[in-house]
Amino acid sequence: MTRYFTSEHEWIDVDGNEALVGITDYAQSQLGDIVFVDVPAVGAQVTKGGDAAVVESVKAASDVYAPVSGTVTQGNAALGDDPALVNSDPEGEGWFFKLTLADPSELDGLMDAAAYQDFVATL
Amino acid sequence: MTLNQSGWRPEMGGASDCPLNSFTGNRALMLEEALIFEIGDSTTTGVDLAETPKVASRLGGLDRVRDIGLPGLSEPETVRHYTRLSRQNYAIDLGLFPLGSCTMKHNPRLNEKIARMTGFADVHPLQPQETVQGALAVIHELADWLVKLTGMHAVAMSPKAGAHGELCGILSIKAALEARGEDRPVVLVPESAHGTNPATAAFAGFQVESIPATPQGRVDLPALLARLGPDVAGVMITNPNTCGLFERDLKTISDAVHAAGGYVYCDGANFNAIVGRVRPGDLGVDAMHINLHKTFSTPHGGGGPGSGPVVLSEALAPFAPIPFVTKAADGSLRLIEEEMAGDALPQSFGRMTAFHGQMGMFTRALSYILSHGADGLRQVAEDAVLNANYVLRQLEDVLDAPFATSGPCMHEALFSDANLAEGFSTLDIAKGLIDEGFHPMTVYFPLVVHGAMLVEPTETESKAALDQFIGALRSVALRAKQGDPALKSAPHFAPRRRLDETLAARKPVLVWHPPELAEAAE
Repeated sequence: MTRYFTSEHEWIDVDGNEALVGITDYAQSQLGDIVFVDVPAVGAQVTKGGDAAVVESVKAASDVYAPVSGTVTQGNAALGDDPALVNSDPEGEGWFFKLTLADPSELDGLMDAAAYQDFVATL
Repeated sequence: MTLNQSGWRPEMGGASDCPLNSFTGNRALMLEEALIFEIGDSTTTGVDLAETPKVASRLGGLDRVRDIGLPGLSEPETVRHYTRLSRQNYAIDLGLFPLGSCTMKHNPRLNEKIARMTGFADVHPLQPQETVQGALAVIHELADWLVKLTGMHAVAMSPKAGAHGELCGILSIKAALEARGEDRPVVLVPESAHGTNPATAAFAGFQVESIPATPQGRVDLPALLARLGPDVAGVMITNPNTCGLFERDLKTISDAVHAAGGYVYCDGANFNAIVGRVRPGDLGVDAMHINLHKTFSTPHGGGGPGSGPVVLSEALAPFAPIPFVTKAADGSLRLIEEEMAGDALPQSFGRMTAFHGQMGMFTRALSYILSHGADGLRQVAEDAVLNANYVLRQLEDVLDAPFATSGPCMHEALFSDANLAEGFSTLDIAKGLIDEGFHPMTVYFPLVVHGAMLVEPTETESKAALDQFIGALRSVALRAKQGDPALKSAPHFAPRRRLDETLAARKPVLVWHPPELAEAAE
């Protein structure tokens, strides 16, 4: 399994054609206390860079973009009852959705952990 | 020599650190007040009605059998309840309101006097038109002023608020595109635009694409020009924008959008910064809403309804909504409704409101315009901009002002949370301002600035009032930079201490239940 990052602060764990998507620890720290998360429905088609989910904090509502194109196979239902999971464990229990990749070559432009850390350091 | 016979001596004061908890929970003039459901009950009423005679029920078994649970209070109890609650509130009539005209600026009392004249206040929208010619004349004359002040071609008076006006403008653009037989699904919205703009475009069925802001806080012109094409219906641009800056490239943008076959929607919420000095029509704008409360001082922010007339260019005027007022050759005024619109405005996209618009706001806005005159309105814009720049320049040494080098601001001064002590945030400064007796400014918006603090003092504040606010904000900002732990627990002097905004958003309690039910529900 490999983890990639986007410049819009999503992470994606890829295992074959299946992937798990969430927002990074840096993103949750910038958003502050998360109060609401809207994850995509099963079967939804998402396109790379397009809107996939919504996350609301006490400060603002933000779109979460799909790191790659694909078909959603599961949304994290736990976030409906406990959106604070995104704050407490953003890169684990606070995942947003699972999807089946449409085109694995779209992963090529994404960052690895070291590159993302360097990117965040410039912000 | 006159002796003080009252028995009061200055050394008797100074109880500010007194640990006493009063029996009532009140602290002198700061009065605690329970919820109306907690103080009222169904056995009390403000009026005594005679017992109704027993009659046979015709409700077919649908008679109410349970108490509906509305609290009853006597008249003096009701008056006291709401008066006590009002004393826990902050208002434009108490002091400077740095949220600015978005929420409330000074409402001249002359406007209120005019709006209460029986000829305006006591008419009904379904009255025969010949009996309300004066009211129709107010709509017509205000419409004429708005068209002239903006340099536009026509105006739709009926939209009920700013976002409703945006919808009116976007629906006009949609109707114009349909009349041309073109399918243009995309609306471009810069990051420096108001948050309602993308919502409006999406609501009208368009795909929204964001255009970045430059580090100077304005629209990224090359990025916008590069995105124009046959799929773009138009742009929605806020001018002056949410960073408090004038979009200097608007004419260039308009020309390019028109050349590409699109339309320009301008969010005119901030027209109060440029009224009398800039005519948006000269900048190529096709549609723009005007918030009467922001520019023309009608009550808002809990004090009155919105009103968002939309001025339209010659290209969009044929698609304006009905109803609208026209003047006949004999000088009489007519309200054009559906049955006459077929001849007068056959391409109108339809109707947005049941009646003519916010009549009470029209009378207030027109009295504001007539009492100020063209020169007075120009001074409104100049003083609004002058006051905001005074705030910006007086505070840029203690608060980070990200666009301070982008030239003068317009009617709003924008600061960020850079350079505060570790662990201190914009929220702490906002809460600290409450202790200083001010309502906080807009915080965490616009999103393009980290920890944004947006201050709009408005044009009516005196230098003395501005100096007091600046002194208060400077003091709180310095405490945030020095890491004063007392600021983290502010407000200390408000009726309630710092509230848990996260819990309120995650688990809102929106319906009151009697205590025993509330406990059972947990």
